Amino acid sequence: MTATAERPTTTIFRRPESITGFWSWITTVDHKKIGIMYGYAAFVFFIIGGLEALLLRIQLAGPNGDFLTAAEYNAMFSTHGLTMIFLFVMPVSAAFMNYLLPLMIGARDVAFPRMNALSFWIFFFGAIFLYSVIFFGDVTPPIGTQGVPGNIDPSDQTLLGGLPDGGWFLYQPNAGPSFSPGAAVDFALLGLQILGIASLISAVNFIVTVFNMRAKGMRLLRMPVFIWMTLVVAFLLLFSLPIIAVALFMGTFDRAFGTLFFQAAGGGDPILWQHLFWLFGHPEVYILILPAMGIVSEVLPVFSRKPLFGYAAIVFAGGGIAFLGFGVWAHHMFSSALTPVAQAAFGLSTMTIAIPTGIKIFNWLGTMWGGRIRFSTPMLFAIGFVAMFVIGGLSGVTHSVVPSDWQQTDTYYIVAHFHYVLFGGSIFGIFAGLYYWFPKLTGRMMNEALGKTHFWIQFIGFNLTFAPMHWLGLQGMVRRTWRYAPETNFGPWNLAVTIGAFTIALGILVFMFNWTWSKRKGQPSGLDPWDARTVEWSIPNPTPHYNFAETPVVTSLDHFWHMKYTEDDEGRALRKEDADDMIAALEHSGRNPSAPIHLPNPSYFPILMASGLPLIAYGIIFHQGLAGKLLIFVGAVIAIGSLLGWGMEPLEEPHSGGEHEAEMAEAY
Amino acid sequence: MKPSKPAVPLGLAAGRAATYTRPMVQHPRRRRSDGPTRPFRLAGVALLGIMLSSCSFIEIDSPLTTFEPAGPIADRIDGLFWPVFWIATAIFVVVQGAIVFSVIAFRDRPGRKEPKQTHGNAKLEITWTVIPALILAGIAIPTVRGVFDLAECAPDAMNIEVIGHQWWFEYQYPEHGIETANVLVMPAGQEICAVMTSEDVLHNFWIPALNGKRYLVPGQTTYLRLEAYEPGLFWGHCGEFCGLSHSLMRAQAEVLSPADFDAWIVAQQQAAAVPAEGTQAWDGLQVFLNRGCTQCHTVDIEANDLGIEPNILASDVFNGPNLTHFASREVFAGAYLPYEGLSYNQALTEWLANPPAVKPGSFMPDLGLTQQEIDDLIAWMETLS
Repeated sequence: MTATAERPTTTIFRRPESITGFWSWITTVDHKKIGIMYGYAAFVFFIIGGLEALLLRIQLAGPNGDFLTAAEYNAMFSTHGLTMIFLFVMPVSAAFMNYLLPLMIGARDVAFPRMNALSFWIFFFGAIFLYSVIFFGDVTPPIGTQGVPGNIDPSDQTLLGGLPDGGWFLYQPNAGPSFSPGAAVDFALLGLQILGIASLISAVNFIVTVFNMRAKGMRLLRMPVFIWMTLVVAFLLLFSLPIIAVALFMGTFDRAFGTLFFQAAGGGDPILWQHLFWLFGHPEVYILILPAMGIVSEVLPVFSRKPLFGYAAIVFAGGGIAFLGFGVWAHHMFSSALTPVAQAAFGLSTMTIAIPTGIKIFNWLGTMWGGRIRFSTPMLFAIGFVAMFVIGGLSGVTHSVVPSDWQQTDTYYIVAHFHYVLFGGSIFGIFAGLYYWFPKLTGRMMNEALGKTHFWIQFIGFNLTFAPMHWLGLQGMVRRTWRYAPETNFGPWNLAVTIGAFTIALGILVFMFNWTWSKRKGQPSGLDPWDARTVEWSIPNPTPHYNFAETPVVTSLDHFWHMKYTEDDEGRALRKEDADDMIAALEHSGRNPSAPIHLPNPSYFPILMASGLPLIAYGIIFHQGLAGKLLIFVGAVIAIGSLLGWGMEPLEEPHSGGEHEAEMAEAY
Repeated sequence: MKPSKPAVPLGLAAGRAATYTRPMVQHPRRRRSDGPTRPFRLAGVALLGIMLSSCSFIEIDSPLTTFEPAGPIADRIDGLFWPVFWIATAIFVVVQGAIVFSVIAFRDRPGRKEPKQTHGNAKLEITWTVIPALILAGIAIPTVRGVFDLAECAPDAMNIEVIGHQWWFEYQYPEHGIETANVLVMPAGQEICAVMTSEDVLHNFWIPALNGKRYLVPGQTTYLRLEAYEPGLFWGHCGEFCGLSHSLMRAQAEVLSPADFDAWIVAQQQAAAVPAEGTQAWDGLQVFLNRGCTQCHTVDIEANDLGIEPNILASDVFNGPNLTHFASREVFAGAYLPYEGLSYNQALTEWLANPPAVKPGSFMPDLGLTQQEIDDLIAWMETLS
């Protein structure tokens, strides 16, 4: 507390103070508000990415489709991938982590609240930057073989055709300066660079939070599995993002400054890009799936009314998957010229990953086994996750048989595989989490009938969409294909796939209606609607802005459950007689803190600093003109200037009144 | 290993207007039987998922199918795939069965007691760690053997150079001085070592019936083994996304009997004859010479006293397929044309009239040829056998 007094009290801005209204969202450092903003922003991109997928599916509904031009199609599949991975699954996972991490470890906020806000705003501006390419268009005509101008394809000039079209993998030299001369790929490279910074900041923040901010008694092996997976993902991000940052810089330099890292024509190596990309790209796969595994590990025990089976095994299996995930990247490259030794080694390491993955699946089955299973919507999605993820995992094992993969790679079989993992896995898990924690956000329940309708529509649509792709791939339908000829016989199953895709879209519409409706009209949830196990349910809903009126003292794994339940002679759960009274008491005490609670003040600097980065990126793309150079300068001044302001900012606005007096030292 | 089976000789004898549909072939080994579909809603729909995936095993084959290996290498790969597929299917049935069983047996219903609060079971957990590890070890051994066995070209293999372009494959036969495109002609019963590189971006050469894929990398050389038991025509496709018209970059492998192959070699080594003056083909040759085609296309023309220069060579900068024996190939434009429902002449007319309209980004420009010029050109190109 004395440290605060010595800090300078003058700064550019007074620290903002509003807790409600527009400016409270702009300046917030509250992990819950940041989580909600992450969630809504990600969902907007989910809709955009989904619409892109529907366009792709209309084009492929029959042979020789002419709904999209080739340029538009290539832009759509590339942007669909970029959007779903970087602008939906990653940020929506960040939304869960932001919202839940402090709640589940019994803290009032993350370790660095302003950095948390910075992370969100960088993501937000990075995403807008990536899509802003649509206003600049891919104006340069395509240049083809040997750097000679090819024929201008007018479709490149259309709105959709101007989006990044090098695939989310941006393979070189196709995404290099000679073969993708327009600005679209630059936007992809620099956009990912900006998004990477956001994720890195989150990663550091979450790691420090997990290690330093846990409530008393919350030992590492008493943490909920979702928190464990958050920690593992944070480390994955921390170690893998620098790799892609280097690769993205090299790619940008190739394009902007004529370096030739990946350009074979100048002695560069296109395969080097693949190594760097997948060294990041494979850990990225686990960055996408582990949070969903964490969510499912929370939901299954609650609705089975049993502890998670093999908690420690599931935790360590998650760590094991992450660790092994750094040693399998070349299985994305089995058809490039690796030596047999390398091929065999990466085939074997890939197989090894199946072991920890299997442990998780069997332990989830063990959790359900012998339980008393309630089929609320979150549980349906969690069971759907396990069932669908198994299919994706098994097709994954068939890829590890290297010679088989020579046939399967680059076909729809792969598309089927990773959608079973990322949609059947991650996205089903995410929906389980959305339904499960909705009461924490709103104090209301989502409508169960609509929720179940959503699940079944999505489950059927999902399988109709992606199951036939296994067949199509093994029948030789290559990926990223704008058209297929009638004699390939791909038509009927592609039509089924397209119908499936629209079925999924219908399910999502049901969800959106349910969400909007339930927010206003849903049944009040009370404090513990699911009879849950973890401490985030021991505080009122919606979560008070200070989280815990009194930080909990944790005595066991599933602490909240053990507050309510004991075991009878047979080891069956037995509700304590005073459990209902205790919950009523928690409801009351949670809303009425006995002492004033200090919370970090909002700040203008995170959003200000974040706004500098896209300016620098625009400047790099248009660096040949004066405007570009000016933009780099302005962007740098804003970013560095706000860092300075940030550093000078008092921890607390001195005039901000009585509420923020106490517990300062504790929060920092 | 399965005995060799005859490949379907497709299109070879059928003439140009052939429509390339394959006979529907029954494959008993691919049929999976389903468990009973019945009771509760969740169980029912879980099973529906299984049914859907089995429905997708309906027997309509594509000419690009990986399920009809026609040579020893593809056969070996096929032999690796199916055991793994069945193991995966068994695990699928066990796990989904356990899910369905749990959902039915352990669902909450009136009178059901609270469950026992089990936290785990060391023996069980060790079991389901060790068993998958053993299964994977069982898969690993043939995988590693397969990788090493299939890796390198046999020393006595015949080299054919494969060069990737946006968006067609070029083939060179260094031992025979032959240069061709789109259709890889090879003898049956002999191993071919495809020595591959790319002129521009990454491509991925794939003839599913003969082997898996291998990248064509600019500035590097990669190798792919190809061998077919019997004569036949096999389809291929570029696997890697290679720009605008990736989806139209196909390939064919035409496997001939050794005798036919030798005859083909001799035929391909001939220069093209000069058509008689005054014929439509002569007019077509004039179109070819005067409308810019020679910028990109090589044609070996025999020595003549008609003032036509022999050995027209494409410039190094622009490289299109060698057209000397254009008419000996049944497909063109990256083996995409003619597709089903389009006759050879229709397709060629459409192509010559405006190539980028057929194949977006095509480096063959719209030369603004008149219908008469196109007809003449086709008349001449038909002589390039």
